[in-house]
Amino acid sequence: MNAEELLYSKTHEWAHVTERDGEKIATIGISAFAIEQLTDLVYMELPQTGQAVTAGESMGEVESVKAVSDLYSPVTGEVIDVNTSLVDSLETLGKDPYDAGWIAKIRLVDGGSIDELMDFEAYQKQCSEDG
Amino acid sequence: MAYIYATENDRREMLDAIGAASIDELLEQVPADIRLDKALDLPAAMGELELTQHLTAMAGRNQSSRESICFLGGGSYDHFIPAVVDTLASRGEFYTSYTPYQPEVSQGNLQVMFEYQTLICQLTGMDVSNASLYDGGSSVAEAALMSTSVTRRHGKVVVPATLHPEYRQILGTFLENLGTKLVTVPMVNGRTSPADLAEVIDDETACVILQHPNFFGCLESVEEIAEITHQRGALLVIAFDPISLGRLKSPGELGADIAVAEGQSLGSPMAFGGPYLGIMACQESYVRRMPGRIAGETVDRRGRRCWVLTLQTREQHIRREKATSNICTNQGLLALRASIYLAAMGPTGLQSVADLCLRKAHFAAELIQQSPRFDLAWADPFFKEFVIRDAEDQVKPMLDRARRNGILAGLPLGRWYPELDDCFLVSVTEQRTRDDIERWCGCLSANNHEVCHA
Repeated sequence: MNAEELLYSKTHEWAHVTERDGEKIATIGISAFAIEQLTDLVYMELPQTGQAVTAGESMGEVESVKAVSDLYSPVTGEVIDVNTSLVDSLETLGKDPYDAGWIAKIRLVDGGSIDELMDFEAYQKQCSEDG
Repeated sequence: MAYIYATENDRREMLDAIGAASIDELLEQVPADIRLDKALDLPAAMGELELTQHLTAMAGRNQSSRESICFLGGGSYDHFIPAVVDTLASRGEFYTSYTPYQPEVSQGNLQVMFEYQTLICQLTGMDVSNASLYDGGSSVAEAALMSTSVTRRHGKVVVPATLHPEYRQILGTFLENLGTKLVTVPMVNGRTSPADLAEVIDDETACVILQHPNFFGCLESVEEIAEITHQRGALLVIAFDPISLGRLKSPGELGADIAVAEGQSLGSPMAFGGPYLGIMACQESYVRRMPGRIAGETVDRRGRRCWVLTLQTREQHIRREKATSNICTNQGLLALRASIYLAAMGPTGLQSVADLCLRKAHFAAELIQQSPRFDLAWADPFFKEFVIRDAEDQVKPMLDRARRNGILAGLPLGRWYPELDDCFLVSVTEQRTRDDIERWCGCLSANNHEVCHA
């Protein structure tokens, strides 16, 4: 996926929204910028299929040698698929954050709060201010 | 560092710094009606000699298990402590060290933690152990919190009434403000009925906490309960007696997800109730949800064996509100004592202790039942503790009389179980001789005279 076409949350998760059979599905992951900031990853706890998630609320965690960080959901909905292979290949998150490094697919509920998300340009601006 | 009492001058300087004219003025903001308007009613100060005599006399009024014949149990036991435990544990390097805040400079302490964890894993048959917690009761409570975190189920925690009543009380305090319900399943003849448990475990249940041998010393149907618990997706927490593992199957073999225990039996004195040692071990997949510190083995840059604290990113000093626990600490000195005890006893030594407890307890139970006054409360298999029913329903005066005669004959159960007001819990350790047991039996069986006839 092209990073420039994705939506981003303040907490550095990305979302790619597609429409299928009249339902909106968001594929989500963690931005390349955030992965780099986290340094060496050692463990990850994924959300579970069927889990209801809310935009801005924790749905898992990412642990590096330095810290444990929450994985926040960028959208509101129900988890319909999880990339379970990540747990055994955390390096994928850094190598290919926007394709093989996807974390979950979420069926949006009531628009999924995607209006709160930033476009690439706004996110880049936030990162340059954070960095 | 000299200790010098605050002089008049010191007080003046402190008051000046604060900006108060006098101590009375300093305290003015405390409402007058809760202030004491007279001096504390204390006796005159004593010199060191008088004070030592005074305190020695006070301490002499205690009746310790050492000067008595002790049949008390219920979580605190009069097991033998080999001299090597005190000799090694009282070394200044161990005895005076405080929790290492820069842990890696205290390699000796980390090595103790690591060896303690290793011994606990070998003992319990579990994958990982933490560096210990406060005591048995807080280990039980932490295991419940850990279970809610692992299963993401916050609805209820299920405990049988055969779990130590004080552990259940601690658990109640921990859960009170968390919205997780504590459900207690009544006992049936001193044990837990798996069918009764099955009725209350649902898909909102985080765990079942089973004590085995239970508070009454009885063996529970652990494997059956493990199956029922796991079928419903809940975790099984087993609260075990470390000494019993010299003979009984380990929590790991029995299907425990988390194993907890009071570790006082392992080389620490009863000491009027504490400090004690909280043991906690679990399966490897739950290690990131386990509270407390964990020491790990590694190598330094020259390739030499050394130790580090691991998984620290989940501890309270780094992660505050998201830490695995903010109410845990380790009991370094008591964990050290347990390590020395286990290393000194070895697997065969521990087995001998367990066998002696088992045989002596059964000998005592048979002997006391020869009196028409006493019977085992129920016929369940037991390890080193059993419950006796007094047909004359005179438990308290009888135990008081025994105590006056130097025998701590048992623990009355009415304070926790009103329906067992005519019963008492008896614990028999390897320290009790045949003579002790016969004197105990003779004293309890004697008529209600002041002197026991042994």
